[in-house]
Amino acid sequence: MEKESKLRILTRGIIKENPTLVLLLGTCPFLATSTSALNGAGMGLSAMAVLVCSNIVISLLKDIIPDKVRIPCYIVVIAGFVTVVQFLLQAYLPDLNASLGLYIPLIVVNCIILGRAEMFASKNSVIDSALDGIGMGLGFTLALFVMGAIREFLGSGTVLGMEVTTDLITPMSIFILAPGGFFVFGILTAIVNKITGGKMNREFSCSGCPGDPETIRAAEEEARRIEALKAEAKKKAEEKLNSASDAAEQQTASDTQIPADSQAATDSQTAKGGDR
Amino acid sequence: MMTQLFIIIMGVILVNNYVLAQFLGICPFLGVSKKLNSAVGMSLAVTFVMVLSTVATWPIQTFLLDRFNIGYMQTVVFILVIAALVQLVELALKKYMPPLYRSLGVYLPLITTNCCVLGVTVNNIDSSYNFIESIANSFGAGIGFLLAMVLFAGIRGKMENSDIPEVLKGVPSVLIAASILSVSFMGFSGVVEGIFG
Repeated sequence: MEKESKLRILTRGIIKENPTLVLLLGTCPFLATSTSALNGAGMGLSAMAVLVCSNIVISLLKDIIPDKVRIPCYIVVIAGFVTVVQFLLQAYLPDLNASLGLYIPLIVVNCIILGRAEMFASKNSVIDSALDGIGMGLGFTLALFVMGAIREFLGSGTVLGMEVTTDLITPMSIFILAPGGFFVFGILTAIVNKITGGKMNREFSCSGCPGDPETIRAAEEEARRIEALKAEAKKKAEEKLNSASDAAEQQTASDTQIPADSQAATDSQTAKGGDR
Repeated sequence: MMTQLFIIIMGVILVNNYVLAQFLGICPFLGVSKKLNSAVGMSLAVTFVMVLSTVATWPIQTFLLDRFNIGYMQTVVFILVIAALVQLVELALKKYMPPLYRSLGVYLPLITTNCCVLGVTVNNIDSSYNFIESIANSFGAGIGFLLAMVLFAGIRGKMENSDIPEVLKGVPSVLIAASILSVSFMGFSGVVEGIFG
């Protein structure tokens, strides 16, 4: 992996690798707390605070935490910061705390945070991890804010609590209820899909949850399989090229090539089996 | 007492369905609902872990955290208890009940970071349910999860063969289908109180 510039680390979470709209992580709080723009932004900023702090601490501790128990360690660090955020909200923003309610403690199990700890903070320097946390957090906040604003506008006819559609449209309160959440998210992902040209995650998955060891193994396997396929395709392409250039000599060449190919395939298969 | 329990269970299955009304456990709902078999397996595992973690966390909250006035440790303690419990259950199933492990075991590691389990345990405390009510609530939440998963697996099976606009293919269409299913569950609001209340 080549070294990335600090600016790229900071900015890629905002649009290009937006954690919710592109990577489809953290969908539960995204749907649940985006009933208004302010709620959404509050949730996003709380999650961002936890994400930045936990990224910094985990990056500092990355050489101390034993590999086998890393996930529980990350969870403890994250849960600690969530408790701190909970205290701060209770003390200074009791209204926001009341409207977010259950979803504040649930920041602990937000896939974005555990995912960034596992994929980024445990491998990179403190400053990079902090920047990554800020970027990803901003991306999450931005997505929540946009979604919250849309739902608030359609559902209660206000934006940031101000009345805007007195006579234009009748507020459709279904948009601030559960079905509206799913619907607006669906439309937003369709738009992102259109813009990125289908680069978005094709599937929803807990495999989106990179903190999960099972998923990591599955992902690694998938990557290995794709690589093997690519190598095979390359070999075949070369073979074809050979056959096109001189058809006469090809006969003997392909005879030797095919067994070699199948040999490679079985090799990769046994490697996979061993890993399991 | 029985009516009270029944109201809690039916309410959490139909009206306050964890997935469709409260947005808890969306990841497995959208990720594992592609095949009916895995949907049922996942839901049963979730139900099992939910009830078990309620059995473990309710006494901890009441007899330890409340008693020593350290309620703020709730998040940290609960997530650790759930994570440890899931590990233990996995080990126990592997050793003593291999057939069950083969059908449910694969879903267990996914459940630790599943927000509906932590959600239900915290919810039980927030609603100040007693021990029996808490267990009823967790059980109902699990069954509600199962219901939503099974229904949605059926819908997705139909969607596989239908002709959807290119831009909606994949995730957007799944979300819109979930939205329609959620609308149909809204029809239940008030039903439970109307019948038993």
